[in-house]
Amino acid sequence: MRVRVKFSKYGVMKFIGHLDVMRYFQKAMRRAEIDIAYSEGMSPHMIMSFAQPLGVGLTSDGEYMDVEVRTPIASKEAIRRLNAVGVEGITVTEWRQIPEEKGSKAMTLVAAADYELRFRKGLAPKGDWQSAISHFYAQKSIPVIKKTKKGEKELDIRPLIYDMHVNAGTVYFQLSAGSEANIKPELVMDAYLASIGVTPEPFAYEIHRKELYADLGKNGKRKLVPLGELGQDVVLETEQE
Amino acid sequence: MRKLALNDEILLSIEKPARYIGGEVNAIMKSRDVAIRFAMCFPDVYEIGMSHLGIQILYDMFNRRDDVWCERIYSPWVDLDKVLREKHIPLFALESQDPIKDFDFLGITLQYEMCYTNILQILDLSGIPLDASERGEDCPIVIGGGPCAYNPEPIAEFFDLFYIGEGETVYDPLLDLYKECKQSGASRQEFLRRAAHIPGIYVPSLYTVTYKEDGTIASFTPIEEEIPETVEKQVQMDVTNAPYPEAPVVPYIKVTQDRVVLEIQRGCIRGCRFCQAGMLYRPTREKSLEILKQHAYRMLKNTGHEEISLSSLSSSDYSELAGIVNFLIDEFQDQNINVCLPSLRIDAFSLDVMSKVQDVKKSSLTFAPEAGSQRMRNVINKGLTEEIILDGANQAFHGGWNKVKLYFMLGLPLEEEEDRKAIAHLAEKIAENYYDEIPKEQRVGKCQITVSTSFFVPKPFTPFQWARMYTPGDYLGFAKTVNHEIKDMKNQKSIRYNWHQADETLLEGIFARGDRKVAKAIRIAYENGALFDAWTEYWNYDRWVQAFADAGLDMDFYTLRERDEDEIFPWDFIRIGVTKKFLWKEWERAHAREVTPNCRQKCSGCGAAKYGGGVCMEGRE
Repeated sequence: MRVRVKFSKYGVMKFIGHLDVMRYFQKAMRRAEIDIAYSEGMSPHMIMSFAQPLGVGLTSDGEYMDVEVRTPIASKEAIRRLNAVGVEGITVTEWRQIPEEKGSKAMTLVAAADYELRFRKGLAPKGDWQSAISHFYAQKSIPVIKKTKKGEKELDIRPLIYDMHVNAGTVYFQLSAGSEANIKPELVMDAYLASIGVTPEPFAYEIHRKELYADLGKNGKRKLVPLGELGQDVVLETEQE
Repeated sequence: MRKLALNDEILLSIEKPARYIGGEVNAIMKSRDVAIRFAMCFPDVYEIGMSHLGIQILYDMFNRRDDVWCERIYSPWVDLDKVLREKHIPLFALESQDPIKDFDFLGITLQYEMCYTNILQILDLSGIPLDASERGEDCPIVIGGGPCAYNPEPIAEFFDLFYIGEGETVYDPLLDLYKECKQSGASRQEFLRRAAHIPGIYVPSLYTVTYKEDGTIASFTPIEEEIPETVEKQVQMDVTNAPYPEAPVVPYIKVTQDRVVLEIQRGCIRGCRFCQAGMLYRPTREKSLEILKQHAYRMLKNTGHEEISLSSLSSSDYSELAGIVNFLIDEFQDQNINVCLPSLRIDAFSLDVMSKVQDVKKSSLTFAPEAGSQRMRNVINKGLTEEIILDGANQAFHGGWNKVKLYFMLGLPLEEEEDRKAIAHLAEKIAENYYDEIPKEQRVGKCQITVSTSFFVPKPFTPFQWARMYTPGDYLGFAKTVNHEIKDMKNQKSIRYNWHQADETLLEGIFARGDRKVAKAIRIAYENGALFDAWTEYWNYDRWVQAFADAGLDMDFYTLRERDEDEIFPWDFIRIGVTKKFLWKEWERAHAREVTPNCRQKCSGCGAAKYGGGVCMEGRE
């Protein structure tokens, strides 16, 4: 049974990198005695894949991973067990069965992400840095210079920004994500601040990912659905009786 | 939510911030108002320190007490070290993130000599005076323990007290005494004086040393009449029922030993004359198979680790080895848990079980003959013959292995040119056997024999404690002899040779057998920037040579001198059960190339029988 797990990452856990979060879950599954399937071969590993790595320093309410479960377990029970053996800073919030077919993996589906950006205490730019955001977002194109392995290249990031607005000091973004066209909120924020002549302090941004989406739209029309909504809660028969 | 000692800007600008945030699975959180706050330190980087079993045992044992909160602390890596100094941030413990300076105890485990400058870093960054005599009532009691505490003298002035021996026995009385002193308002000095009466506790400030003109020790005496003249090593005789951490802390980041570790026994019956652990941990005591099974289940369940390993000085000597190994394989292998079997003698049994737990084609087999010639193996009392080694290798080749690792020491007492060349000859014979024994069509390429040598360091409480060391030039010459000889072998293309740094060996030797005077050089070296000396990238020999010169100390006095029978050693005041008389007899037998039987074959009367248990009493009940 293929299952999509949603979790939050917050507090001190933001300092734990993506690969270590994976190690964390491998050990947590064992502690919770949840029977995850293993790959074949000489060094078998748990079949587990993450939708989209989260950078060190970021927090999130919308992390997803897919796992292959050997012995089915009810959603409620799985969530309860994983949180019981977990640490402060990681909370499992959903456990949903997803279709087995090809192309249904979170990693393949992820198309967009919501982010919130705040400035760390004392590191916000001086003066009014907020009011020009709507103008910035209203532009038809936003060329930025992106550093690549081969050097620098110009990229228009405007088509990758699906939403950007500010409310009481928090900037909200909806950005293109996934393997095709991924863009980080710090890059957009840097571009915005540069457009108003501001250079941010190092480590000034505090970034929180809210949600990851699949795009179910057709014919170039976007229809974003949270990755978790593509699955269904697991209820075992014994529970229903 | 826990508040961290370091802000986000710092944590995001240093390597591996997870080293400093605590909060790992099974880390213990308690209320700050417990009677005793204990900071337990492994003076090396987190990934090394978190791999150490001893700390996990003590951490668990202390935290079982309601009146103690034991927390962990490791050496800040050089990047954070710099930040802490620049920003004047005091060093903190992982769990509470509180400054070490506010703790009641700072315990530092002494696992290897090359961590000594890191001890000074910990004290310095905590704001604790390096010199114990300068510490006020507001400072934690700084206590050292572990194998290097068996010669605590080179670092004696940095510690308030040392715990000599295994940690399970007298920490309770020590902590009780501390609590009593704290409640009654007794001074630091008063506490130390009373602690000196607890067996195993050594308070260096209560002893004075005088020296002869030649620099050796004339006398070592307590400064007050009622202070004991000797300190008794502590031994946990009942290892089966000793506290063991069934829920060890699980690190977020990958550490050196990322697995469940089962200690199957303490001590070793073998009596190799170079080996300090083999003497310190006598008598050999085994844990019952039943308790090991229980530990295995519970520890795997509580940690979620995917690997389990046995720990002991010589696993093959554990009487129920087959029982524990078969249990682990039968019980856990189909749960995708790797079983690790280190320190196994290569024989039919071990090859059989190893073929079950590892990929024969990829893995290598390790032999530790320690010396190349039979003559030298008799000198060091390594009861391993060439026949056994070749036979083991042959069985391994037939079992499908073609990678063999061989470990040797150079610079052993009584070693001659021919003995060094014999290392190459032994490797060659193993290679020849491979090509003779394994038909061409069954071979998977060449056999790969890796020869590694380290330079021998004489350690306290061994029969070789009287031995001399050599100069860096001598050591490199020894390695060159081996290298040239290997290059002359017919199968030299199948043999790879690695050797260690020579100058680091000398410093290790000085710290291992040094006296109180050495502390001055350690302090000068630290003040000149020495830190993480065990790490090749930070090791700087010239800095140490300068520090010894500035301290007015002659390095050769500690290294190049063979000691007389009646020399008073800095560690002679410690009693480990094994007597100095026995060690001297073994030193003489080494000169006569006589092999001493192991403890199960015949008791040689080393002195450890006084503890009344373990292998000494086997078959006597």
